[in-house]
Amino acid sequence: MNLKLKVWKQEGPDTKGYFKNLEAKEVSPDMSFLEMLDVVNQDLIKKGDEPIAFDHDCREGICGSCSMVVNGDPHGPEKAVTVCQLHMRKFKDGDSLVIEPWRAKAFPIVKDLITDRSAFDRIIQAGGYISVNTGNAPEANSIPVPKVKADAAFQDATCIGCGACVAACKNASAMLFTAAKISHLEALPQGKVESQTRVLNMIGQMDKEKFGACTNTGACSAVCPKEISLKTIAKANSLFRKAAIQKS
Amino acid sequence: MSKLDSKVPSGPMSEKWTNHKFSSKLVNPANRRKYEILVVGTGLAGASAAASLAEMGYKVKAFCTHDSARRAHSIAAQGGINAAKNYQNDGDSVHRLFYDTVKGGDFRSREANVHRLAEVSVQIIDQCVAQGVPFARDYGGTLGNRSFGGAQVSRTFYARGQTGQQLLLGAYSALMRQVEKGNVELLTRREMLELVKIDGKARGLIVRNLVTGELEKYSGDAVILATGGYGNVFYLSTNAKNSNATAIWRAHKQGAYFANPCYTQIHPTCIPVSGDYQSKLTLMSESLRNDGRVWVPKDKDDKRDPVEIPEAERDYYLERIYPSFGNLVPRDVASRQAKYRVDEKRGVGPTDTAVYLDFKDAINRLGKDAIKEKYGNLFQMYEKIAGEDPYSRPMRIYPAVHYTMGGLWVDYNLMSTIPGLHVLGEANFSDHGANRLGASALMQGLADGYFVIPATLGNYLNSYKLSEVTTEHSEFEKAYNTVKNRVDTILNVKGKRTVDSFHRELGLIMWENVGMSRNRKDLEKAMSEIQKLRQDFWKDVRVPGKATEKNQELEKAMRLADFLELGELMAKDAFMREESCGGHFREEHQREGEAKRNDEEFSHVAAFEWKSEKDRIFWEKHKEELSFEIVKPSTRSYK
Repeated sequence: MNLKLKVWKQEGPDTKGYFKNLEAKEVSPDMSFLEMLDVVNQDLIKKGDEPIAFDHDCREGICGSCSMVVNGDPHGPEKAVTVCQLHMRKFKDGDSLVIEPWRAKAFPIVKDLITDRSAFDRIIQAGGYISVNTGNAPEANSIPVPKVKADAAFQDATCIGCGACVAACKNASAMLFTAAKISHLEALPQGKVESQTRVLNMIGQMDKEKFGACTNTGACSAVCPKEISLKTIAKANSLFRKAAIQKS
Repeated sequence: MSKLDSKVPSGPMSEKWTNHKFSSKLVNPANRRKYEILVVGTGLAGASAAASLAEMGYKVKAFCTHDSARRAHSIAAQGGINAAKNYQNDGDSVHRLFYDTVKGGDFRSREANVHRLAEVSVQIIDQCVAQGVPFARDYGGTLGNRSFGGAQVSRTFYARGQTGQQLLLGAYSALMRQVEKGNVELLTRREMLELVKIDGKARGLIVRNLVTGELEKYSGDAVILATGGYGNVFYLSTNAKNSNATAIWRAHKQGAYFANPCYTQIHPTCIPVSGDYQSKLTLMSESLRNDGRVWVPKDKDDKRDPVEIPEAERDYYLERIYPSFGNLVPRDVASRQAKYRVDEKRGVGPTDTAVYLDFKDAINRLGKDAIKEKYGNLFQMYEKIAGEDPYSRPMRIYPAVHYTMGGLWVDYNLMSTIPGLHVLGEANFSDHGANRLGASALMQGLADGYFVIPATLGNYLNSYKLSEVTTEHSEFEKAYNTVKNRVDTILNVKGKRTVDSFHRELGLIMWENVGMSRNRKDLEKAMSEIQKLRQDFWKDVRVPGKATEKNQELEKAMRLADFLELGELMAKDAFMREESCGGHFREEHQREGEAKRNDEEFSHVAAFEWKSEKDRIFWEKHKEELSFEIVKPSTRSYK
């Protein structure tokens, strides 16, 4: 099939960006979306042009590198996949695709479709961990964890930190990302020890990074490739209120 | 040729590590902050090392090529991590894990290292659980296990099919905690392009800032490389697209010996290639072989839809040939058998280069929900890529390059032949011999990072008199200029062919001649073809853009330039190793299709020293003889 592409080009965070019209020809339905871009890039290079810059790595939907908005949807039209797992069989001959980077104040554009998501790292840095030095750990089975709790912790821990939640949110809020980590650690007995400082510090850092406020529209969870539940936000909010009251 | 000193401590096998820790020199807590340690790579080995060393009080700088430390390729590991906990009461022990690993590696690994790995495996699980890694659990709240290839016990801990992700996020969170405390300076989007040696010791790095293109200089008291494997030399592999050998290759060219480069793991269960645009391959975890049964039609002309082929007309060949291990034979064995079926023209799928992995019986026995709970994400991944529902029809799978057992040579302290340069995880060669068992890579990465290097690094720092060094030293300027010239040279070729076209060609040479099955003639051909391709590359590659910007083509070109040298060394090692062992299968040396070792001549680690004169590159081979005190080498049998 043949497709028309409108791809965002931007040299750096402070330069002005624009849409570039490109064509993707003889696209196989078995190609992944990124393989389609690879082919477009090979043609651009052969023509003496510059390829489209985009972040990618594992191409299995787990590293969280790939990050682009396709026709208005972070990671494209298919539910519960990253754009690297999106396959061209979801599109048809003649389709037009508008491809843009994540757009959020907290994620400045590095180049073309690549953004700087280090704000996420700083949120984790503020408290997204259990403080245990190597060697300090008790025997693994000494603290039983109910299976339901362990499964719930796992579900929230599957967040890949891609940032689609921020890209989808009209406020560019990082609440789903932050709440997923809070909720994961809160479900485990080991994580409860630092519960209050964690929630205050992580949400505090989120605000400092200029992410917007959460207004519970749920767009984040709807586009999340790992289907992180909105319940994590409810849990984080409730923990936050309790912690804030107790602190004051 | 010289002999290498592995520095394996004396004493009984089970006491070596304990005794060694006691006899190693220590750095007292107040002095640790005077030492600066440079850690390259933030996967399981790098992140765990950087975090643990920082917790001890060392000043650490950690470098990664990604935008975040959490994206290292360890994140993609699926099936699990082994540990000798014996929670299932099925006869496991440190000794059995040690034994299985030495045997699984086809008696080509260093016994003392493997024993240490088995010993610390139990602590790894404790540490990860304490960090909040949500391993699978049973209803009583205790940890669950499953089985992996090459073992007859259930010792694999797992978090659905995302174990690597959960373990890496654990290590990453520990690392970020140290960043917050100011003990680690994390430098993301940085690629190491040169090792700086002063007075023969590793003392610094030249690193390219991947956003601005600037070349940066960093000095330190020791360098730790934890930069993963080199499977991407094959172009198509299960490795992430950015995984590369550049860090270890730069170190190799500075004098670090490269050990067993030909030991490559071809993983039996990957989604087959679908077209020539294919950019990488996707693994389907070995854990699937707990419940999936591998088969092909008995009749090579049977082109029916697999669900229509009755039981009696299917050949469950692994169960037939290996009744005691069945579908859970080690990877090298399973891969070779899949290749034989395709060679016999009994392959399936549109290109006849696949075999079936069937869950029908497991779904009938356990129900769809139970299978979904165990492997949900893997089945989803398969469905997305292959466009078929694996709950209702068998998966089509075929072997693909997955892991490299070879890597920089290290002694028992994980130090390379360059003093001060330590190598951890997949980047070193030490623990898996000629074939790695499933769920052992995560174990080794974390063992090296959490428990081995924190115990051995102090001895180095305390034994060598390290002078004060800053980046003003002339060696930094020299290394900086070398890198700058290389970058400029590659940009100025301005040829016609893209980086990817060269990489695909190299990959094809490697896969066809240095892949699952190797012989003298093909290996000779591969070496000369790679030399020729390397010359073409430097004459005809086209790298658009500038050095002083985000330039992904330049990044790829620099990595490929190194792969084009490493590929030749892999073929050379495979050529020189006139035996079959583990993943290294020489057609001339086999017994009814099984690997035939030659212990008399090849019970050694082949460690190569880089040499060059003018335009010619070559290697000098050194040997570390392997001695087996406990596990006596025998013909590996899984029948």
